[in-house]
Amino acid sequence: MTEFFQNLGLSYEWAWTVSTLVGIITISLLVMFAVAMVIYVDRKVLGAIMMRRGPNVVGPFGLLQSFADGLKVFLQETIIPSAANKGIFLLAPIITFTVALAAWAVIPFDAGVVVSDINVGLLYILAISSLGVYGVVMSGWASNSKYPFFSAMRAAAQMISYEVSIGFVLVCVVLFAGTFNMSGIVMAQKGHGLGIINGFFINPLLFPMFVVFFISALAETARAPFDLTEAESELVAGYQTEYSSMSFALFWLGEYANILLMCSLCTLLFFGGWLPPVEWAPLYWVPGIIWFLLKTFMFFFMFSWIWATVPRYRYDQLMRLGWKVFLPMSLIFVALISGYLMATGHFG
Amino acid sequence: MTTATQLLKSFTLWEFLKAHALTLKYFFKPKVTINYPFEKSPLSPRFRGEHALRRYPNGEERCIACKLCEAVCPAQAITIESEPREDGSRRTTRYDIDMTKCIYCGFCQEACPVDAIVEGPNFEYATETREELLYDKAKLLANGDKWERAIAANLEADAPYR
Repeated sequence: MTEFFQNLGLSYEWAWTVSTLVGIITISLLVMFAVAMVIYVDRKVLGAIMMRRGPNVVGPFGLLQSFADGLKVFLQETIIPSAANKGIFLLAPIITFTVALAAWAVIPFDAGVVVSDINVGLLYILAISSLGVYGVVMSGWASNSKYPFFSAMRAAAQMISYEVSIGFVLVCVVLFAGTFNMSGIVMAQKGHGLGIINGFFINPLLFPMFVVFFISALAETARAPFDLTEAESELVAGYQTEYSSMSFALFWLGEYANILLMCSLCTLLFFGGWLPPVEWAPLYWVPGIIWFLLKTFMFFFMFSWIWATVPRYRYDQLMRLGWKVFLPMSLIFVALISGYLMATGHFG
Repeated sequence: MTTATQLLKSFTLWEFLKAHALTLKYFFKPKVTINYPFEKSPLSPRFRGEHALRRYPNGEERCIACKLCEAVCPAQAITIESEPREDGSRRTTRYDIDMTKCIYCGFCQEACPVDAIVEGPNFEYATETREELLYDKAKLLANGDKWERAIAANLEADAPYR
């Protein structure tokens, strides 16, 4: 896109700035639109599994429900508790939201369709998703209220625990792909399964890692069955309890943007990103972005499906799963995979 | 069950897969909910909804101000004042029901000797202010006129069981 603006007569620096800004705005808007639609899908799927109808009144099939909710929330008053630390209280949702959007900078939607094709894309995502916990901790502390505080402590412990195993899973993927660049990881999956199937998930050494990654993604985004941070039955609404209006909406948007990010990571790291599932020429006629969105949506459907199926974990069960099952398992697989790659001479 | 099969089961997420198969089956089942504002569920003739004061077919109001409903009302939602009319018959000058107090027990309609106060089939009378729920005699009589056909049909349907 930089070339396009250069052709309009801008110098390279200005063309780069303008094209990056356009990319950022486009992706932010698209992600927010996707979040709105995904909240609708979430409610519809949950409704269908409970044999309900879900939202069906606003717009055709209720498609505009999220926008109506957004408008409603926008018109409400932002209530700041008198005991709250005002600055941090208002900063927390902004951090959650910004961080959730910032991670999308390195997500390739198609070959070359990415705001910033940096070589350490995966590290960047790890760093950004670790920052996400700040929003939660700050909101819990600044609310100066007991339930948000409990929730923030849980969230911090939970996210840190599961980031450890996510880190090791990513090491496995990087060992196979040989690069930290997101597009590079996708291209490394081309024909990975016997030259026919695109995607690391088909590899028997990487499939268990995919399962670990998927479950850790649930915990990382505080989705059911690991939604202890907002366990309604104990903590009212967790760290969001004291929030209202747009500050609440920012949390809401940030949370779903994070969920979508995790879904797209599953797609990019294990299911071949924008590549069609099978190496077969007619499938390449479908644009890559369609494959990417389809796969991401499939993972989001699984998130909703799991929400409707599995009851919430207890806190000690969550910690046990993270530290005593996933961490040893992913460590063993790091050793296994590096051993396999050494033995097969993959490293040259 | 041996430890080995237990371990195998938990590592293959067997029970989670079974649970998800079940929920997926329900995902495709027909919905059981009623599409409320567009579809409505049937109501029993005994349904106790919004109150109404009825009239005789000649237009005379049924209520004779005996105040039995006021006396029986457990929530003390009914207030009645009465005095003789010019022709000597006793009539209410005031008949108020505080719908915010009413518990819809139906004792008033049970107590009424002339079937004047009844709870009709209407349940869609939500208001935007509390004051609108403080019903007076005019409102109750208007309700009676509006719902008379439905109320009469319900009373007739339920008569054999009373």
